[in-house]
Amino acid sequence: MDIEADYDHSLPEVMLTYYRRLYPFRPIFTWLNHDHTPTRLFTHREWAFTLAGDVYLRYNSFATAEDLKKQVCDLNPTRFEIGPVYSARPRDRKTVRPSAFQPVQRELVFDLDMTDYDPIRTCCSDADICKRCWAFITAAVRVLDPAIRDQFGYEHLLWVYSGRRGIHLWISDKEALDLTDQERKAIVGWMTVVNSGKDSNKRLSVRTSSKSLPAPLQNVLENLKHTFTTLILRDQDLFASNEAAAALLEHIPDQEIVEKVKTNWINSACSTSEAKWVELLKTVRSSKSSDILQAAMEDIILYYTYPRLDAEVSKHRNHLLKAPFCVHPKTGRVCVPVDPEKVEEFDPEAVPTVAQLLRELDSITPATNSEESGNEHHHSDWEKTSLKPYVDLLNRHASSLMEKTRLEKRTQGSMAW
Amino acid sequence: MYRSGERQVAHETRETNALVENNGLLRYANALNFYDHPPLFDVTVDEFETTAIDRLRVLAEIESSLARNRTWEELKAITYAQYMKYVPLHTSTFTDAVEERRKDHLGHYVLRLAFCRSEDLRRRFVKAESVLFRVRFEQTEIELRKEFLNSRNFNWIAVTQEEKAQYHQELYSMYQSPKQENRADAFKKEKFSKVRWTRVPDLVEARRVFLKSGWAYVPGREQSSIIFQEFEVQLEKALEATSRLIPRLDEDSRLIPVLDNLSQGFVAGIASEWMNAAGSSSSSDIRAEMVDGLAKKHFPMCMRGMHENLRRDHHLKHFGRLQYGLFLKVLGLSIEEAVAFWRKSFDRMTDDKFSKEYKYNIRHSYGLEGKRANYPAKNCLQILTSSPSDVGCPYRTFSPENLQTALLSMYSQEGLKSSDLPEIMSTVKAGHYHVACTRVFEITHASCGVAKGEGIGGGESVTHPNQYAARSMELGKSKKEDDAME
Ligand SMILES: [Zn+2]
Repeated sequence: MDIEADYDHSLPEVMLTYYRRLYPFRPIFTWLNHDHTPTRLFTHREWAFTLAGDVYLRYNSFATAEDLKKQVCDLNPTRFEIGPVYSARPRDRKTVRPSAFQPVQRELVFDLDMTDYDPIRTCCSDADICKRCWAFITAAVRVLDPAIRDQFGYEHLLWVYSGRRGIHLWISDKEALDLTDQERKAIVGWMTVVNSGKDSNKRLSVRTSSKSLPAPLQNVLENLKHTFTTLILRDQDLFASNEAAAALLEHIPDQEIVEKVKTNWINSACSTSEAKWVELLKTVRSSKSSDILQAAMEDIILYYTYPRLDAEVSKHRNHLLKAPFCVHPKTGRVCVPVDPEKVEEFDPEAVPTVAQLLRELDSITPATNSEESGNEHHHSDWEKTSLKPYVDLLNRHASSLMEKTRLEKRTQGSMAW
Repeated sequence: MYRSGERQVAHETRETNALVENNGLLRYANALNFYDHPPLFDVTVDEFETTAIDRLRVLAEIESSLARNRTWEELKAITYAQYMKYVPLHTSTFTDAVEERRKDHLGHYVLRLAFCRSEDLRRRFVKAESVLFRVRFEQTEIELRKEFLNSRNFNWIAVTQEEKAQYHQELYSMYQSPKQENRADAFKKEKFSKVRWTRVPDLVEARRVFLKSGWAYVPGREQSSIIFQEFEVQLEKALEATSRLIPRLDEDSRLIPVLDNLSQGFVAGIASEWMNAAGSSSSSDIRAEMVDGLAKKHFPMCMRGMHENLRRDHHLKHFGRLQYGLFLKVLGLSIEEAVAFWRKSFDRMTDDKFSKEYKYNIRHSYGLEGKRANYPAKNCLQILTSSPSDVGCPYRTFSPENLQTALLSMYSQEGLKSSDLPEIMSTVKAGHYHVACTRVFEITHASCGVAKGEGIGGGESVTHPNQYAARSMELGKSKKEDDAME
């Protein structure tokens, strides 16, 4: 703690050094812009800055990545957010007619937050997160990433750790950028199985009149059964507590069965989640009205393991979302991209903090030098730190977007010919 | 004149040549019309206007049905009756079919011109027109529907038998048939088509289609969803395009006032003036959408003020609602119309909130809830002595400057001049508020032959806002009859 005190991320000069020397402005630019030279995707894009003392500056826009960097270094915000592409430059907002200033494009974004999982996790609560509850996020990514690719055909998905207790998904496919609010609402409706938030009830409204699960959910159910066993029953041991066990039984629509299960739990002295679950399964299988109960058992698996989305974030084009590589003001951790292929290996507690990164810089450049060369470009300083693999990930992602743009230009060119 | 406007629209869509010459059934092969092409024939300004007003009645009725939260079946029945009355459109081919379809086509396009000019009007027009289209579509026989669908490219791709077999499990798991027991058979016969999922967001949101790589597999039964969505999207685009062309139409000074009046008529839920001007509606029942027009012409200042506050704030506080609501009841608004009027007026409120918090009170004031008393409307004495100033008598509660401004803004159209103000203000100053109100009545009804001192009849002065309004409406009606005699 003593060594880190020098680089407390709440100190303005620490953040300023991070922005000057480490923040990957150029990769962020290419990711948003899909091209080397600035397009409307960048120049008409809203940026919002949060300054110390909760000052919030909206409707900033920039011509180039360098402009953005200059402004960030001048304002030295605690964090900043990325908004939609408007029909005019956001900074010119006051000089155009209101009807000429409308959000027109925006990455499709999703937000998963551990607080929505509070009723079903035992290791932490509220803002805390550990390697164990990251397993819920892992399970969510494992469901959403392939589903979005397969069902909607989107290819350019960027997962970003939110710096504390959640994960964001940014989808940059052309069609996704163009989605209207109504279409965003539709995709959220399609993706939502468990209603989170204060109105959450345990009924899942996913069954069609045929009473069977729709195909996409049938397919994920098999994987989620595994998650249910390893995560809910074993690791979290959720139903060990009497409240959680009682909550589990609320999903069973047959009061007779519920009473039987309760008795069996006492008689067989079931204390662990796994023992309780096995007993429940046995009782259900021995009963007659199996169709309804079978459905209820499937719904239980979905309820405890299916991704819980914060729907409001996704529904509106003009929602602002924290930019990747910002520093979380509470934890000091950088909001780094996450490789969905290796999401199991990701450890939120191992994500670099600003303090750690600045110390790494010190070990390669003497601190005295960095003071004097404050205004020089440090394009690749991040390469010398543990930020590198994360910036590389963003760069690879941005390259695939630029490649797509290049191919589109070529197709258009040949058609004009 | 209109023709020149049309040409510009047509030019914009680059389809002029194909359309100029065509007539008759070749042109209007089907009663259903997506209105892809503008009408290109000569019309008189008269026909331009009457065709549009007839269609406007139907659209206004659709809007008010939506505001009343009618079920789809009710809405369909009412809309059908309305359009068969004003813009009849039979699905079968008979001798007058071309004329009907031509009128339908023209009316739609005239209203496009009138309603393209603000976002709010565009939104409401699209909503009402798409309901009208949907009702007509559902009224059309299956064979004619198919014919119509084949006549236009909706950009859907038929799903082949092989593909259907490939995704059998997925398609079947999401397939809903009207009858559960026939599901397997129905599925076998079902023809699926593919569209980008963004064309059927409602079906996606409800998980009623299978999705693969961004393509939604839509069963034949749900194809109408694609059509209705397409209708709305196309119309929205067309209206935006038209709004950019509108300035060129300004050259024709005869059309602009017509268009202005049409769009204002829609805003007021087709005001009573329009109904009367166009002739037929002479029912003594007062309907929700007539209140705007009546307030301007016939209400005393206290009620006129309530009405304007309601329009400005989209809300009215408790005592205001009670007082104004009872006034409207006595004026002749039935309970159904009252509910519709308040529902429409509180347009920033959810249906749920309205039903829970307001509907009961409205019914209560009609004696349909609670102790079922038949509450009378307040008279001038009660209003003069009531405590919250926002529901009191304006002649008493307003400051002199505010009162003069309000009088001029409310009544100058009815003949009140600033030279009349000193006399009114001196009676107010003396505390004779009802005398001031009566004098305003006389001045604003001078054109109906009311002389100074006659009051609301036989020298009587105003003692009740309903008495004021009733007399005013009576005078308005006999004046219209006199005018017609001359
Ligand atoms: Zn934890």
